[in-house]
Formats: sequence, structure tokens, C-alpha cells
Amino acid sequence: MKTRYTYGGDEHVYVEIDDEMSLDAFFTSLSLADLVRAANIPGVTEICPANASFEVRFDPDIIAPADMMMRIKELESAAHAQEKRLKTRIIEIPVYYQDPWTHETLMRFRERHQDPAGTDLDYAAKINGFDSVEAFIEAHHSQPWFVSMVGFVSGLPFLYQLVDRDKQLQVPKYLRPRTDTPKLTVGYGGCFSCIYSVRGAGGYQMFGITPMPIYDPEQKISYLQDFMVFFKPGDIVKWKPVDRAEYDRITAEVEAGTYVPKIAQVDFDLDAFNSDMVGFNATLMEALNDA
Amino acid sequence: MTLEILKPGLATTVQDLGRPGYFHLGIPEGGAMDRLAMRAANLLVGNDEGAAGLEAVFMGPEIKFGAEMSVAVTGAEMPMTLDGEPRTAWTAFTVKPGQVLSFGFLKEGARIYIAVSGGIDTKPALGSRSTYAIGALGGVEGRAVMAGDVLPVGQAMIVPEGRCVPAQLRRPLEYPVKLRVLPGLYWHRLTEKSQTAFFEDDWVVAPEADRMGYRFRGGQPMEFVDRPQPFGAGSDPSNIVDGCYSYGSIQVPGGLEPIVLHRDAVSGGGYFTLGTVISADMDLIGQLQPNTQIKFVEVTMAEALDARAHRKEMLHEIRRVLS
Repeated sequence: MKTRYTYGGDEHVYVEIDDEMSLDAFFTSLSLADLVRAANIPGVTEICPANASFEVRFDPDIIAPADMMMRIKELESAAHAQEKRLKTRIIEIPVYYQDPWTHETLMRFRERHQDPAGTDLDYAAKINGFDSVEAFIEAHHSQPWFVSMVGFVSGLPFLYQLVDRDKQLQVPKYLRPRTDTPKLTVGYGGCFSCIYSVRGAGGYQMFGITPMPIYDPEQKISYLQDFMVFFKPGDIVKWKPVDRAEYDRITAEVEAGTYVPKIAQVDFDLDAFNSDMVGFNATLMEALNDA
Repeated sequence: MTLEILKPGLATTVQDLGRPGYFHLGIPEGGAMDRLAMRAANLLVGNDEGAAGLEAVFMGPEIKFGAEMSVAVTGAEMPMTLDGEPRTAWTAFTVKPGQVLSFGFLKEGARIYIAVSGGIDTKPALGSRSTYAIGALGGVEGRAVMAGDVLPVGQAMIVPEGRCVPAQLRRPLEYPVKLRVLPGLYWHRLTEKSQTAFFEDDWVVAPEADRMGYRFRGGQPMEFVDRPQPFGAGSDPSNIVDGCYSYGSIQVPGGLEPIVLHRDAVSGGGYFTLGTVISADMDLIGQLQPNTQIKFVEVTMAEALDARAHRKEMLHEIRRVLS
């Protein structure tokens, strides 16, 4: 890892911890972003963490760009030295794989796809060496995921699977982005899963849909009344496959204001995870059983 | 106090100076695309610069006023009438209850700003009245205004008619429009040939130009420095591991058409960015019509900061004139 500092015009400093994705890079990036926040540097207006990088927006009338960059650089060694640990939560997110709505949408945009003859899941299973779509879906939901970035649009989470790199699923984005994606589509691009928080354009492959809203500007949904965005970086997600009947049941509960997401508080320790990924994940998922 | 939208125009939205602080959650700052024009319109009618007004793009709305108030229209050049009588842009005028403001065809620029004394008083969301349509946030139910919408207006004093922003304090468009760019971010991904071509080529504004971003076409396809793609980035050479985008940053998906992100920017994504339009030229982008010829002009950080200081002086001068 070699940290790279650069300017985004006269109002942003961009810090790339690594040009490739890893949990190490994510943790270092988040630590450094947190240290910048804690330093309360006058002139800083936004701190945006991403997967393996982050960005600081500042007012150059208050702090000169070169000084801004220097202040961040001064904090870097402390970020590398920090323990890669996080008090966080694991959330169970229901997913209706191969649902009719994303299916209808993906059929409408077939000419923009690498494999016009199949579905997005057919293609993803094939290029990742799975015998069947079912086996691919199993790989997608059997191990948990880490929210490594929130953004693109309104509260959309990017998720990185907590497995060895050789087990990571990788799928390219659409050849040309779609102009439509159903709200709450569970998507996939590169090594990242995502949930489309709102309906709109998108380039990620479409695998399914969740009945659980994650963004509500009106803050009417019971679990979004404190804040309109559900996810934050560092959250852990376990997908739970559901069928149509359960999808409909959860949708009705959300509308009635009675749906309570299944959440447990957990500690994530990168060293412990790296020394026994399957065992560590099992502990994380067990916490959900008691929730 | 209220005003009623009789005809909405193309995409007329309530905007103020935006809601910084939520970009890390994918909620952009938003607000008027041409900030100086919005500030000037507010100052003309005696408002705080950050009061909410209407931003209309390419086509003006038709508005019926529910009470006596001061009105000013700034930004793009678009003739207007009040009950059929011409009114002058960049100049405050008074309207009576029941009077109707209408607009003719756009002559120059892209966006007009309509300020009323007291400001549009819709409910703020996350500290701003700005409409962020993608996230259904702010403005009128998170969307562009529609015919029949009745917008609340704050109480305020009427200002003297004829207060005006002198012509030298507006920013005329000069063709080709020059957009100043500080190279950076993932600039190193381009070959030297493509780096040079980006600034030498002639570009025009593409039809895909909105509050999220402006697309440009006409230049040569870009070539990338060869590399094995980093893990997680995706297979196209224009892909990166998804990162944050800067306001004004220029992404070029597939190396084909540059997109400059604007006030309603997506906050991040997986395309490389070659640099950033400097803060002093962001307002200017808000006044570009499709097919406008432009040149990207390379500047240094020192030049970017000089340009920013110059814009600030213009704002101070407008404040002085209207104080």
C-alpha cells in the first residue's frame, strides 16, 4: 500500500490509501478519515470515506489547499498504527433473488449487457465458475458483507464480502449503464454488492430485491425516523434469501410500521477475522440468532 | 403570502445555496447551479443571499402572485413580462396580488433565478429548501414544481423598484466558453497524448446536461496507460475501485465523453476522474446550453485560487452596490 494524495480542484483533497480493494486499505482509510474529523481542522466542510480512499472538502478561503493536505499527511502514521477494530452492528437484510421486477428491467436493457441471451445471474454464475445460479446465490448470501462505502446517491451502500480474495465474486458492470433500476434492487459490480436506495440509472448487475427500505426522505418508516439514511460505513450485512410470500409479508409490515430489522451489536477485529475467516463470520452470524 | 405556478416550465425547482454536510451519505450539496446569480437575485429584493428562490432551465415558468412583493430575475437572458408589460432582468420590480409573470424564449445562457422578497418558504430538509429530485428531498415534495402548486412566501418589506446589478458585475458568456481545470485525481491514468489532446480538442455540451452533471462530446477518445487492473476495480481501463467524486470532477467512462459533476453530483463511483473544474467556473457551467462550444483550459492551483478571489470580489462589489 502506498498512499497517494491529490487535489480535486481548489476545494477537495483526495487520499487514496491503495488502488486495489482490501479490508486493510478500508480500515486505514476509515481510521485516517476519523482522525481528520477528530482534529477539527478549521475550514473542513465534508469528510467522505470510500472503499480504499476518502475525500476531504474544505473552504480554501479558510485553509490553503497545501496546508490542508499537509494536515492530513501528518495524521497518516497514526492511522496506520491504529488497531483495526470496530464496534459495529450486523443487520439481516432479506433478499428476494430472481424477483419479477428486476427480471422485467434486465430484460428491457438486454442489448446493454455482456450476455444478451441470459439473465444477469446466469452471467455472474458462469463467469465465476459456478455450475448453477442457485450455487452462485448461495455463495452471495452464505457469508456476511461489510459496508465499505455509502454514496453514489441517497444512502446507497457498497458492500464487500468478508471472504478470502480468491473466493470474492467478481462481475463487471453493464457495458452501458441502464436508465432504470427498480428501487431496492440488490446489485453487483466489480467485487461490490449494493442496494439501490432509490429508483434510477445504474450499471450494476441485478440479482434481486429487498423489501426493506433503506432511505426515506419523509422519515415515516419506523426504523428511519431518527435519520433518513439507514447505513453507515462499517455496518455488517447478512443477506437472507426470502421467497415471494415472505417478501410480501415484510412489505406489508413495513407499510404498517411494524417491521423491525434484525440487528445485533458486534465487534469486528480485522486480525481475528484474517486468522480465521469462517470461524469469525460464524460468530458474527450467531449474534443475529439472538437478536 | 403565496405564489402560484400557472405553468411550470421545463424543470423549475426551488433552490437556495444548498445543504453541505451529507455528501458522505450520497446526498449532495445541491442548491443553485449559478450561485452568484442566485445571490444577486436575493440581494436585489432585500433577502439574505441564502434565501430560497426558483431556478428555471431553458424555459421560464408562469407565476401568479398572491400578494404584493418585490421580484428580481437574474442569470440567463430570457425576456419577461408582468401582465404583458416588459420587465428588466437583474433589476428589482414590485408585483401586485393577481399579477402574472411570464417569460419569452431563452436568448443566452441556460438558467434564470427568480427571487421574491421574503423568499420561498417551503419546508427545509436537512437544513436547506433546495430540491434534490433524485432523492425526493427538499423543495415541493422533493420534485420540480407543477402547474397548480401554491408556494408559501415569507413576509418581508418591499424594496424600491429599479435597484439593479450593473452589467459589468454580471458574467457574459464568451465563445468558445473556457472552463478552467486543475488536473489531478486520476490524471496519471491517461497517456501523455490524451492529456495533451484533452486541452487541445474542441468540445461541445451534449444533450445530457442537468443538475447532476454536464456531458461533453467532440474530442478524441482517450487512451490509458497500460496496467493490470487493480483488484475490485472492474475490467475497463477507465474503472477504479469506487471512490468519492469531487464537485466539478471530470469522469470519462470508457474514455469517450467527459462528464463534469455539478451541484446534484453522485458522491462516488467507479470511473477514473482526470481533474476538476475550478470552483470559480462552476457557476458558468450552469449557464451552458447543449451544443455550446467549450475549451478545457489547464490551470495551476495558484491560478485557481486567484480566479476564486476574483469571483469573490465580484460578489463583494454586488453586495456594496446593493447595500
